[in-house]
Amino acid sequence: MKTSNTLWKDRLNGQLPPQMAEEIDTFETEIELRRQGKLDEVIFAETRLRRGAYGQRYDNGQRYDGHETRTLAYAADKNTKGVNTVWDAPGMLRIKIPYGGINPKQLEVMAELAEEYSDGIAHVTTRQDFQLHFIHIDDTPTIMRRLAAVDITTREACGNSVRNITGCPYAGVCPDEKFDITPYAQALMQFLLGHPDAQNFGRKVKPTFSGCGQHACGLTAMHDLGYTAQTRMVDGKEQRGFCFVVGGGLGAVPFQAKVFDEFLPMEEMLPMAQAIARVFGRHGEKKNRSRARLKFLVKQWGIDKFKQEVLAERAKLPHDPRWTEFLSSIDSDIEKPLKPPSDLPALNGNEKINRWLKTNVRPQRQPGYSTVTVALPLGDLTADQLRSLADILRTFTTGTMRTTVEQNFVIRWISNADLPEVFEALSAVGLGEAGACNILDIVACPGTDTCKLGISSSRGLAAQLRKKLHEKCFELDEVIQNLHVKVSGCFNSCGQHHVADIGFYGVNRTVNGYQVPHFQVVLGGQWENNAGSYGMPIIAIASKRIPDALDRITDHYLRLREENESFQSFVKRIGKATIRQQLHDLTQNAPAYEQDPTFYTDWYDPREYSTGDIGKGECAGEVVTAYQFAMTDAERMVFEAQIHLEENKAQKAGSEAYASMLKAAKAIVQMRYDDVSNDAEEIVEEFRERYYDTKLIFDPYAGGKFANYFFAAHDKAEQPYTEESARHTIEEAQLFIEAIHACYNRMRQEGLSQT
Amino acid sequence: MELQHVNVKMFVDGPMNVDAERFIEIFHAWIKDHALDGLLIDVADYRHVPAGPGVMLIGLEGDYNMDHTGERWGLRYNRKAALDGTNEDRFRQAVNAAAKACHLLEETLASEGPLTFSRQEFELCINDRAIAPNTSETLSACQPDIESFLSNLLGHHDFTIDHNPDPRSLFRFSIKSAKLFDLKKLASDLTQ
Repeated sequence: MKTSNTLWKDRLNGQLPPQMAEEIDTFETEIELRRQGKLDEVIFAETRLRRGAYGQRYDNGQRYDGHETRTLAYAADKNTKGVNTVWDAPGMLRIKIPYGGINPKQLEVMAELAEEYSDGIAHVTTRQDFQLHFIHIDDTPTIMRRLAAVDITTREACGNSVRNITGCPYAGVCPDEKFDITPYAQALMQFLLGHPDAQNFGRKVKPTFSGCGQHACGLTAMHDLGYTAQTRMVDGKEQRGFCFVVGGGLGAVPFQAKVFDEFLPMEEMLPMAQAIARVFGRHGEKKNRSRARLKFLVKQWGIDKFKQEVLAERAKLPHDPRWTEFLSSIDSDIEKPLKPPSDLPALNGNEKINRWLKTNVRPQRQPGYSTVTVALPLGDLTADQLRSLADILRTFTTGTMRTTVEQNFVIRWISNADLPEVFEALSAVGLGEAGACNILDIVACPGTDTCKLGISSSRGLAAQLRKKLHEKCFELDEVIQNLHVKVSGCFNSCGQHHVADIGFYGVNRTVNGYQVPHFQVVLGGQWENNAGSYGMPIIAIASKRIPDALDRITDHYLRLREENESFQSFVKRIGKATIRQQLHDLTQNAPAYEQDPTFYTDWYDPREYSTGDIGKGECAGEVVTAYQFAMTDAERMVFEAQIHLEENKAQKAGSEAYASMLKAAKAIVQMRYDDVSNDAEEIVEEFRERYYDTKLIFDPYAGGKFANYFFAAHDKAEQPYTEESARHTIEEAQLFIEAIHACYNRMRQEGLSQT
Repeated sequence: MELQHVNVKMFVDGPMNVDAERFIEIFHAWIKDHALDGLLIDVADYRHVPAGPGVMLIGLEGDYNMDHTGERWGLRYNRKAALDGTNEDRFRQAVNAAAKACHLLEETLASEGPLTFSRQEFELCINDRAIAPNTSETLSACQPDIESFLSNLLGHHDFTIDHNPDPRSLFRFSIKSAKLFDLKKLASDLTQ
């Protein structure tokens, strides 16, 4: 959409990390191939998801206008970017922020991107990512280049991959942590990003790190891979490791993670993750998407068998020096303060700042310093606010901030004497609101605003609850102020409603013959202890009556709680049936449509409610195997070889065509031998032994002819290419790739394939 | 210098007399009724963000929003799709699109607010830092086109251009006309 895309490509040429530059160039070629119809839409969909480019509501070209579903006339381009996904329809771009760490320069780039390509808003997610909405697919490579220039990637932000690695935002400054998990999270992120063993999953894998067991910071119990810092003494020396849990997850069916190892030494952190990736890639469900997360494999096998399989795989892994290399410099990049430690000056009874100090400021482990939580309403902020935050970071810190799973920011290393000035600076740009992480700071997923799966308006409800609470929040009893409220637009739990004190998730009910948006009320979840337990739905209430329901629940708690009784204990003691009874009348006596049509609409959406806009979600991505990805790469490479030939670059064309054959050969070898390297000799020998000598590659009519093209191209690979020889190599490469496809299909039909 | 992605903000005159929630309803109706040129897709509500984009009407070729950036209400049009023609043509298209939306809002809200947009002041911006970095060089290069466009638009030369020099900002300038302009005319006959 932007005319400046080529300008940015030229301007940033040579300024990006080479691997990131190559990956983005590849994605740009894949966009072009898809546009030309030379790349299958299913494969392109998973490809773009693995680059962070997600679909958005209405991208099927249909929208309900309150009376009927109408076609959105995306006339310019009839192409698709996935099954039933219109090319020109706006989409979302998810941007990975490992453990939430972000610096001023990155904030400024995020501001520019939000302004120039999105709707002026950057959104912080419940997994510490950023999201930009209403993005055109054609602009995504430029956005990725601009992000890569400041060391941010969108790679594997979506799709069936290892997602953003989250971590405690207080890591390194928390008084209760065993040690700073930051460098370990960074090491795992770098190791798994694009790792060949992490490309063959049936669903996503979400890792997280926590510095302690008692707080909520890492939410390890609800993650596929959860690492909680542990130490132990061995021969008088402190040894670091992790309590390592696996198979947790929310979604429609939440699972608490199981302990894999009470103390996983850090030397084993990376190889064990690799072994799990292999086992999950090989044995995880691929066909039934609703049972394809790691948690189902752990459940099906039981933790003992799962562990046994993983340890067996671990024993077979070829050694990788990266497993321990990172440990030699583990404490070398510790954050430092900009200013010396100091004391907070007297504040003379200023109510606003005192509230803010109470709810948004925490003392660090390091005396004289505090962290400051910047509460973002619904996780949103403007480009101007992002730039102001960058200025504040530069003025008061060395540039140290984290995003949080509560959709906020935590600024670290504020010298205490600076707190009043920081408050003023934040307040001047609308970021000084008190109430961080309390009942006012409601977490909400995008819901029906932009998500294709949204059933009810989670952001609309959250905005309404915020509006209502804003007037009285600080007059409420402190136990009510400290409750956590989280809202999801559907049962998939992106708003993490299972681990809230009071959670809501969107459902649909028919009332008086009309569809009415509802929310299930979820009680009993635990935010503390790393999401120690999950709540359960007790009753579905119409969306417009949820604010009344919240009032009743909190009033009931205030009136009947015992001294020092937590909300979770209260719910357990009094019983969900009692609370349900208290809410029951809110499900009765709905007004007639003619009497109050707004009851039949969602919050801040005047359209008569319908679930007709719900589409097929892309959270699950498309199941595309590592083989398919590699073959797509091979096809792209042979296409690029043709372009080189057209540009009279015969040498480059011939080399690329040969490389495409190697890629295809490796793809099919890997189906039987995971550990084949990138060495051309090894690939040829393994291919010869496993497919040529066995005649598996043989065409029913042409026999080994196409494989022989490959062997011949390999033998001549060192010779210079002429225009003629390059053309022949391209043609032979194309035929060889077809032969690999045919071989794969025969093997599948005969049940010989392992994928 | 070829300018693209022109962004226009027409300021509300005086205090805002309309609850911003009302724009959600109006924008949904505009989608349903195809009230403006181009494909209109969805409404986004950002009223919870201080000094933010307010209520947005997302389109394919361009977005509209009742904007509260800088804590000043106004109707913003942001052209997303590239346009052929001259720089003046592109300024004209954006001002015309914004003026149409303003005129429609004034008519719709005549009995409620009323809502009135300024007849003397608006803001122009190029929403693309690669095409138009916010520098004095960009201003020098564009000034002839901007002045020519404005004198044709307003029918006189009695206006001021105030450029915001912040290097991190988009290339942005506000225009103040000494004489009142006719919003309805801006909304109707600019394309000729």
